[in-house]
Amino acid sequence: MTGEVLAQTRDTERERQAGLRERIACCSVAGCLSAGGGEVRAALEKAVNARGLDGQVEVIGTGCLGLCSQGPLVSSAATRQVYAGVTPEDSAALLDGGAGRFQGRTLGPDHPFYAGQRRLILENSGRVDPERIQDYIAQGGYRALLRAASAMSPAEIVAEVKRSGLRGRGGAGYPAGLKWELVARHPASDRYVVCNADEGDPGAFMNRSVLEGDPHRVLEGMAIAGRAVGARQGYIYARGESPLAIARIRTAIAQAQREGLLGGRIFDSDFQFQIDLRIGAGAYVCGEETALLASIEGRRGQPVPRPPYPPERGLWGCPTLINNVETFANIPAIVERGGAWLAAIGAPASPGTKVFALAGRVARAGLVEVPVGTSLRTIVMDIGGGVPAGCEFKAAQTGGPAGGCIPAAFLDLPMDYDTLPGIGSMMGSGGLIVMDTSTCMVDVARFFMEFCMDESCGKCVPCRAGTVQMHGILRRLTRGEAAASDMSMLEELSRLLKETSLCGLGLAAPNPVLSTLRHFRNEYEAHLAGRCPAGRCSIPVPEPV
Amino acid sequence: MSVRTLEVDGRTITALEGQTVFSAAWDSGIRIPRLCHLGGLSEAGACRLCLVEIEGQKKLQPACLTKVAEDMVVNTATPALLAHRRLIVELLLAERNHVCAVCVLNGACELQDLAAQLGVDHVRLRPQYPSLPVDLSHERFGLDHNRCILCTRCVRVCDEVEGAHTWDVAGRGRNSRIISDLGEPWGDSGSCTSCGKCVQVCPTGALFSKGRTVAEMRKDRGFLRYIMTAREKKLWIS
Repeated sequence: MTGEVLAQTRDTERERQAGLRERIACCSVAGCLSAGGGEVRAALEKAVNARGLDGQVEVIGTGCLGLCSQGPLVSSAATRQVYAGVTPEDSAALLDGGAGRFQGRTLGPDHPFYAGQRRLILENSGRVDPERIQDYIAQGGYRALLRAASAMSPAEIVAEVKRSGLRGRGGAGYPAGLKWELVARHPASDRYVVCNADEGDPGAFMNRSVLEGDPHRVLEGMAIAGRAVGARQGYIYARGESPLAIARIRTAIAQAQREGLLGGRIFDSDFQFQIDLRIGAGAYVCGEETALLASIEGRRGQPVPRPPYPPERGLWGCPTLINNVETFANIPAIVERGGAWLAAIGAPASPGTKVFALAGRVARAGLVEVPVGTSLRTIVMDIGGGVPAGCEFKAAQTGGPAGGCIPAAFLDLPMDYDTLPGIGSMMGSGGLIVMDTSTCMVDVARFFMEFCMDESCGKCVPCRAGTVQMHGILRRLTRGEAAASDMSMLEELSRLLKETSLCGLGLAAPNPVLSTLRHFRNEYEAHLAGRCPAGRCSIPVPEPV
Repeated sequence: MSVRTLEVDGRTITALEGQTVFSAAWDSGIRIPRLCHLGGLSEAGACRLCLVEIEGQKKLQPACLTKVAEDMVVNTATPALLAHRRLIVELLLAERNHVCAVCVLNGACELQDLAAQLGVDHVRLRPQYPSLPVDLSHERFGLDHNRCILCTRCVRVCDEVEGAHTWDVAGRGRNSRIISDLGEPWGDSGSCTSCGKCVQVCPTGALFSKGRTVAEMRKDRGFLRYIMTAREKKLWIS
């Protein structure tokens, strides 16, 4: 493909879409599909056909519309409204304009759920069908790759990413530009670009939704990265548990190859880049970068000590750039609109937006995208609509099993990479689980420790054996069987794991324990005394003597 | 090769460029505890016993993987490090069945020695005592999973020195097990050459020679160095 063909494809598709009277987009990512979104789409297509509206009304699938807890969601291009809880029986009303039918389940752009959001990564939701490359091109897709391949030098691309101040969205928040520069400057001849799509935190579905909803955005980001660091080969490491995301990536790669947007001589330049998919077999630790690389190489998915870090020695010993899905999804916008544009959004030290998977005890659960530095209150209370009636907000867990809880006292703290560690939590990759007063924090700590225990690879002793012992203590606490000495051992083990584990999994495994101890120590003490304040744990009542 | 000067536990020592902190300290008589490291094998960095404090670095570093640097200041036995090591040994002792009184290697076991050296006279953790099998299918050797600490010395010596790669690790976390070939009994393994290297490098009584009863087994720790030196000097090639 050449720049001219790209522009032509874009204009043709735009004209075609402009000629339509209505374009109805049915959310086609896993949440809405499991709520019956597939049937809604089929009914709509049938109704369009029955009315003879082919060519005037188009029904497409699209990326995540956000309000996953009230799916299936359908958006209308003509009315610019999103309808929630749509059933196949609603299709007639959607086509014939029976707006009254959707009273109470219509969300306009000014609805509190959308008004507080700033959608960049998810900007194509409602506009782009993830299975049609023309849709993505019509929204300006692959123009950034054209610019990167024909009008910018690799060093200029790296400089632009550095200027944006973008920090890696995998959780640690390492400046993306610095990482790119390390790989680009390495003298080795072979380099690789790897997209970490092994999103395994309980309750987190940001990356899966992005891949299911807008796969070309990630491919384009990776190809730009390949151009910037001098790699010819990229890999997407996706979870085997996300079959829909895998199918969409496969489709997108095949389309991009057919259009010449991946492969040799991209946009008639000397730049060549290929992307292959690698599928994980269900190990959480394979999200750790060295274990991920081992898995791609076909070895046992176990971490190896760093340094050397992957930008120096990665895949097959070559310098390797590893970023997560959301980081790559930011890249086309940075190249297209400039690093300074992104730097102006969000918090000064953590620019851009962050996608959160808002879940748990919240009225409106789903995928939300806000500027980094937005307060937890805005996300949970305004966008999420607060906890359902009858209970009160107690805490929110960020960062999954590696993160910590944020109690109500810190609702107004900005959510960014530098503030959250100060209160024993972390930004994480975007999982955000809201807990209300019916939640027992000791039980929450036990749940996450059980997760880490099951997912420990078993290589280093502190993580393999330490998580087992910590889980044992937490289980005894929730059963009212713990002794006071268990508490000091719990803290001793937490220190051991935090200071001596081999990889991030073990180093972070004590975080949920430490943060609940910090903010809810009284609950631990109550359990020691044989009482669960939330009434969650079934502690046997002692027999009267 | 150039020489580096560094300070370990208040002593100034010299080391060759490229040498690890572990081996430089060892050469100067400072014995940093370890269970997964063994001279002649690649490093796993898995037991976490050789972690040391290096001035100017926030995180503890494994001595077996950290290269010496000029003017580096290393502390190998601070109270915090000793506490960590004791707890790691306690974790190992509680993880499986390590009852020395009925072990073939009683009196010559690296885990036992380390526990004694660190003053681990009792274990404060709940023993897990998983029910694990003993593989006695091999003609000359036995594998008792109850004594295994998953240091992977056997895996590495079999792969790197013998070249057979009979051993590997299956399962994950607390369910990790050393397996021969694809999990068949050791005696049925098609790749095992019965060289016995794995038995000699095993730090505990997990791998043992048959025909030895309690406290009778002794391991030949010197043989690996002998083989590696002989290979380096090409003593077998006339």
